[in-house]
Amino acid sequence: MSRSTEGFGALARVLHWLMAAMVLAMLFIGVGMVTTVSGRYEWLVGIHKPLGIAILLLVLLRLGNRLRQPAPALPADMPGWQKLAAKGSHILLYVLMAVMPLLGWAMLSAGGYPIVLYGPIHLPPIAPHDAPLYALLHGAHVVLAYLLFATFLAHLGAALVHALIRRDGVFASMAPWPQRQVVPAPITPVGTSRQARAR
Amino acid sequence: MPDPYQPPGTPRRPLRQTLGLLARFGVISVVLAGTAGGFAYAGGWLSPDRLTPARIVDALSQRGGDPTGYRRNHAKGICFTGAFEANGQGAHLSTARVFVAGPYPVIGRFATATGDPRSPDAVNRVRSLAIRIATPDGQEWRSGMNSSPVFAVATPQAFYEQAVATRIDPATGRPDPAALQRFAAAHPETAAFAQWARSAPWTASFADQTYNSLNAFRFVDLQGVRHAVRWSLLPTVPATPSTPEELARLGPDFLAQDLERRLAEGPLSWRLVVTLAAAGDPVDDPTRAWPADRQQIEVGTLVVQQAESEDGGPCRDLNFDPLVLPTGIEPSADPILLARSAAYANSFDRRAAEVGATPMPHAGDQP
Ligand code: HEM
Ligand code: HEM
Ligand code: HEM
Repeated sequence: MSRSTEGFGALARVLHWLMAAMVLAMLFIGVGMVTTVSGRYEWLVGIHKPLGIAILLLVLLRLGNRLRQPAPALPADMPGWQKLAAKGSHILLYVLMAVMPLLGWAMLSAGGYPIVLYGPIHLPPIAPHDAPLYALLHGAHVVLAYLLFATFLAHLGAALVHALIRRDGVFASMAPWPQRQVVPAPITPVGTSRQARAR
Repeated sequence: MPDPYQPPGTPRRPLRQTLGLLARFGVISVVLAGTAGGFAYAGGWLSPDRLTPARIVDALSQRGGDPTGYRRNHAKGICFTGAFEANGQGAHLSTARVFVAGPYPVIGRFATATGDPRSPDAVNRVRSLAIRIATPDGQEWRSGMNSSPVFAVATPQAFYEQAVATRIDPATGRPDPAALQRFAAAHPETAAFAQWARSAPWTASFADQTYNSLNAFRFVDLQGVRHAVRWSLLPTVPATPSTPEELARLGPDFLAQDLERRLAEGPLSWRLVVTLAAAGDPVDDPTRAWPADRQQIEVGTLVVQQAESEDGGPCRDLNFDPLVLPTGIEPSADPILLARSAAYANSFDRRAAEVGATPMPHAGDQP
């Protein structure tokens, strides 16, 4: 059983893959920068802040686009819990993509730091200068960064299972290349037996 | 389990298909493990020897006393407020707004370079002054300056080794003298600092000290030309030499008391002087002073108006990160300077989480 619709629209795909690269870069830059005392620290922090704010802007655009153009339905033979997990993890990814930059911004505000994006370009504070609040927001920024990475790993694993094992058109619906008109029938379908038998 | 997609009579999937399936699961595992492994590598989990801000700050935290809630270096200090009055001369060297003639508000902090927030003032050789100057364009200039004319070490690794060498030995309650000797022997670059520490006069005041940026920075002028500079705050009151023995008799907190006494009579001021490097001067090594005849330009005056205990004072929850710079001032490639920012952030993360964990001592408290 495959996805019958056209898949995600071009804008959705462009945003998905652009933001996938940006979010992944942010996670790697984040854990890398806080564990180095070399000159890379300054360089990485200088990328982390504007790139994070760019993600915030893009996720707003993306959510707007998503509301205008809903996602194609998942294959009918996917077990209900998998559909639920897919939906839930996508919502979680959207939430984290919006919350992480807001936390970074608010945390720097609470720490009394200027929020410099590039040269003279800086953002106003969005939280009062308050050390315990800084500690709270910083803790959340770190914990949710790890949650984001874990969710991403599960998401990547699921995407690859769709692409390589189930071959059910789910990967193709978001693939960075345009979808072929006809989704080829699965060659080695596995793990769909329950639903298929039920029909 | 029978495969519903296979016609009846072929209950088992051909071997080739099973192998292909295994291979594809293999690919998925490798991709996931590689991603997780790359993340672990980036985060330093696979390289326990990496010198991280956390390791440096751990070492700084073990030099006596309980630094919980305090800065992990320069732990004992006092806040002040005042102004930087620019005279306009700096505008020839840097486009930073802070050099346009006029007054700009300052929050600052005097401190002694110790890991122990209750350390008696008479035992701490290095004193410091940190400032945050805010300008109307929304930018800030933060700077932490020390009273020594040079820094002791030239690399973060050496700084870490120094912190480890001054770690308190739980058996004796003091640092291991042999460790200190071994450190000095392995680090000849500390000689200039050690010479200063031995010979410079001690005084009873923060007010009569010179405070130096030590690290080099770059000023960028209107034409985009970059000038390598260091800066110093020069005192305007004469120094009265003393000895550590005499100072010990003044009690543990004489520096804060002296500051408050002086400020009760009126503001204190320092002249901010920028020194320009000549070609060939070391701009990435704070252990080496520049020759005394280098061009110096006075760019303004720091006026210290009011002191305030660190307990709830305006400086406590600021991180005087030396890389918080306005446009027109850039960091040099000095590895010490670049390491400071990362270490200060780590120290700030810790103490921000500890606010309220221990009561802050008042300037007059007796231990
Ligand atoms: C690099 C590896 C990645 C692959 C192979 C991948 C693959 C996919 C696929 C195939 C879909 C379509 C799922 C469906 O139709 O329900 C999808 C959706 C989605 N992906 Fe990814 N993705 C990757 C990375 C990321 C990252 C890093 C993020 C963000 C943190 C992300 C966020 C999302 C979201 C939010 C959706 C749901 C789209 C919607 O329903 O509006 N993806 N991804
Ligand atoms: C999608 C957006 C973001 C992601 C995924 C992300 C991720 C991370 C990660 C993984 C860390 C390291 C955590 C640790 O192990 O200590 C980190 C730290 C940090 N992030 Fe972000 N971040 C994002 C957005 C932002 C933004 C927008 C800002 C600021 C404007 C910001 C500022 C910081 C700072 C200052 C730190 C270092 C905190 C410290 O002193 O330890 N982040 N971030
Ligand atoms: C690798 C070298 C260095 C490391 C790792 C280091 C580390 C630290 C740390 C962790 C703090 C506490 C920061 C906070 O919690 O806000 C601190 C404070 C301070 N450091 Fe350094 N430091 C280094 C070099 C220097 C140099 C070269 C100078 C002087 C020119 C300096 C001057 C200061 C001053 C003035 C403070 C106190 C700031 C204040 O009063 O808030 N440090 N240092």
